[in-house]
Amino acid sequence: MDSLLQLAENGLYCAAGDFYVDPWRPVDRAVVTHAHSDHACPGSQAYLTARPGEALLRARVGGEAAIQPLDYGASVALNGIRVSLHPAGHILGSAQVRIESGSEVWVVSGDYKLEPDPTCAAFEPVACDTFVTESTFGLPIYRWPPQAEVFAEIRNWWAANQQAGKASVLFAYSLGKAQRVLAGLQANGYAAAGPIYTHGAVENFCRLYREAGIALAPTTHAGAAPAATDWSRALILAPPSANGTLWMRRFAPLSTGFVSGWMRIRGARRRRSLDRGFVLSDHADWSGILSAIRTAGASRVWVTHGYRAPVVEWLGQQGIEARAVEARFDGEQDETGVEPAGAEP
Amino acid sequence: MKAFAELYAALDETTKTNEKVEALTRYFSRVPPADAAWAATFLIGRRPKRLLESRKLAQWAIAESGIPEWLFAECYHAVGDFAETIALLLPPAQSSSNLPLHYWIEERLLPLREADDEARRISLVSAWREMDERQRFAWNKIITGEFRVGVSQSLVVRAVAAVSGLDAAVVSHRLMGDWQPTAAFWTQLVAPAARDAVVSRPYPFFLAYPLEGAIEELGDIREWQVEWKWDGIRAQVIHRNWRTFVWSRGEELMTDRFPELEALGAQLPDGVVVDGEVLPWRNGQPLPFAQMQRRIGRKVLSPRILSEVPVVIVAYDLLELAGEDIRERPLEFRRARLEEIAPPDSALIVSSVVRAHNWQELTVRRQEARTRKVEGFMLKRLGSPYRVGRRRGDWWKWKIEPYSVDAVLIYAQPGHGRRASLFTDYTFGLWDGNELVPFAKAYSGLTDEEIRQVDAFVRANTIEKFGPVRRVQPELVFELAFEGIQRSPRHRSGIAVRFPRMARWRTDKKAEEADTLDTIRALLPPAASATG
Repeated sequence: MDSLLQLAENGLYCAAGDFYVDPWRPVDRAVVTHAHSDHACPGSQAYLTARPGEALLRARVGGEAAIQPLDYGASVALNGIRVSLHPAGHILGSAQVRIESGSEVWVVSGDYKLEPDPTCAAFEPVACDTFVTESTFGLPIYRWPPQAEVFAEIRNWWAANQQAGKASVLFAYSLGKAQRVLAGLQANGYAAAGPIYTHGAVENFCRLYREAGIALAPTTHAGAAPAATDWSRALILAPPSANGTLWMRRFAPLSTGFVSGWMRIRGARRRRSLDRGFVLSDHADWSGILSAIRTAGASRVWVTHGYRAPVVEWLGQQGIEARAVEARFDGEQDETGVEPAGAEP
Repeated sequence: MKAFAELYAALDETTKTNEKVEALTRYFSRVPPADAAWAATFLIGRRPKRLLESRKLAQWAIAESGIPEWLFAECYHAVGDFAETIALLLPPAQSSSNLPLHYWIEERLLPLREADDEARRISLVSAWREMDERQRFAWNKIITGEFRVGVSQSLVVRAVAAVSGLDAAVVSHRLMGDWQPTAAFWTQLVAPAARDAVVSRPYPFFLAYPLEGAIEELGDIREWQVEWKWDGIRAQVIHRNWRTFVWSRGEELMTDRFPELEALGAQLPDGVVVDGEVLPWRNGQPLPFAQMQRRIGRKVLSPRILSEVPVVIVAYDLLELAGEDIRERPLEFRRARLEEIAPPDSALIVSSVVRAHNWQELTVRRQEARTRKVEGFMLKRLGSPYRVGRRRGDWWKWKIEPYSVDAVLIYAQPGHGRRASLFTDYTFGLWDGNELVPFAKAYSGLTDEEIRQVDAFVRANTIEKFGPVRRVQPELVFELAFEGIQRSPRHRSGIAVRFPRMARWRTDKKAEEADTLDTIRALLPPAASATG
């Protein structure tokens, strides 16, 4: 029988409302949970997204796109199906999508985390019958340490590098994680320890965050710095893809660090030949995923994006009806525990 | 345990040897001697006999973590490291241990030898509860004996030399042989140089690099001593104070395994150390190495195996004579003394010198290597001392070209450690009619980028899964290089090869163009010699 949502060729589709959630190819109507590239695909005719994420989505899908912003908690009717967006706590403007038809309620989580984050609204539990959850870090080895400890570790690493006369190149996803790090350094009083520079990709999103009124530590675009800049006291924020590129050369001697949930595993850090890993994620850890499922009160759970098989198995053993739903960007990789190539830590 | 866990983390966080040596030096200078002795023991790869079965350890960790066994297995696959998986899964730490490393080893770990399983479980779970996450990880590494953190013996030697102010060669020598990790040992290790008298202690081995560049670049052939490079177990035979010891290069005391060499000791003058290669030997030539493996694998040597696979030491060098270290004397001096002390008709055969008038002649003679069952030549500069460790310049190994064959990737499975959750371990097949028959496994030879590409291929082209193993579409062709080839009834292909590795990814070849089993069978030695 027709389920309210189904997995169609272009992604998760609501036939009754004729719209997709985070389609992976251009469609007529796309409800987008957040502006990361594995959720926001350019080319659709119309987009619906949470108001705080409008500018970020525009940066991702192009200035001409038809984007309808929606306040958190407000609802629209799409072919009689009631759709509303609720904070997911993942990055600025990230939302869970609540879909209501008759007496049935579905919630598509998008990416989410339960930890507090000064750069975005906190995750809000939404009661539903069916919960579609991500499972990026759906194994119990993923357990996030307290954030204050992680920021202190970053500060100590930066200070040790300064003492050794080395630049501190810190890799962080350019949208979301980099800004969370900057806000965290600011909030913990570490931002004045030295100059902070950014890679161009990071700087663009910092500008959008600042325009949205989010307080970040002051930064300078590294590309705009004079050739003779002394980097030895600096912290440089760059996307992980910059690792090993020519762009890095100017900072030598340097030490590298990576801020990501994957850094919980030594192998993940060592494979990238990084000096340090800092465990800070914008996704829920194992207990976060389970707690989100519990508070949603859903009787049925669809598991997507990540370690689907173990989460499904675990929920089944707890008596919750669960099934794995494929997502475009993880293919089959997640089952063996490899970080999906496009995964956003 | 705090300092040791910090040391482990510091070593793990850098790939730069200087930073590792600094971390070691800092550690050795701040901890009590007994801790330093234990740490050095683990770092150079020695360890107390393994006390705990992995299976039990996993059960206890699973119970303590409160997760089902299948989920533990999933986590282990994602982490690729047993000790780390346990550390990550245990409940969040409530405390941190300030007790020193030697307490944990001597008072907590070693007494478990006498304990039953229940007592072991209680003790271990309690240990985990007393430690923080980093400490648990280092502790798990110790108790599982998987203590690899990219520290070679030579880095430990450099750090001990830095702490003690001693010459690295002295430290290296003092770290060899049979010692116990005690405070007294450490105090002796870092004590000012004195005459070191430990009767069993071997010398650090001098190792050669592969020849770089053309052979002619070595200059005049008359300045070189050329020997065959034998493929056996590199060892030192020590005869001091009427006792004989046989040490392998892996610093394993192997006297018991080689009664022939122990008997040889009695025929040698006192105060002698011979460096050479232990080989299974009959009728003036070596037996296939597989015969040696038959023998090495046994705890008890039957008269039958002793008569079927007798061993000798093919002697390369003499390091000590009449109790005096002669490693600094020139090569020709040591060689002459070696020939003088070699007992006739004994288990000591002086490695013969290959004579050639010029490099060209030597290059031709190199073709004899395969029929002689050697790996090629050793080139040693006349006048050179016997050095410590792997050095360039005075000694070179000049191996014959490896065999090679083009084979098809048919199975893949994830690696461990740094390569966990990447498909890095491959099985290759050769054509036998229309079928690909598995013939070798290989792990090394690809760049990181190539590994990523093959990994992506495996994921996208899996036909079947058996546990962690994937059967893949037979599409990718690799040139495999290997050293030796033998008949083997244990392998489906009927062939076993030595040291297979990927020489090249043949992106220019299709699977159909790979080699057949017949091609490789043609490389086999005649049937009679393979049975030895």
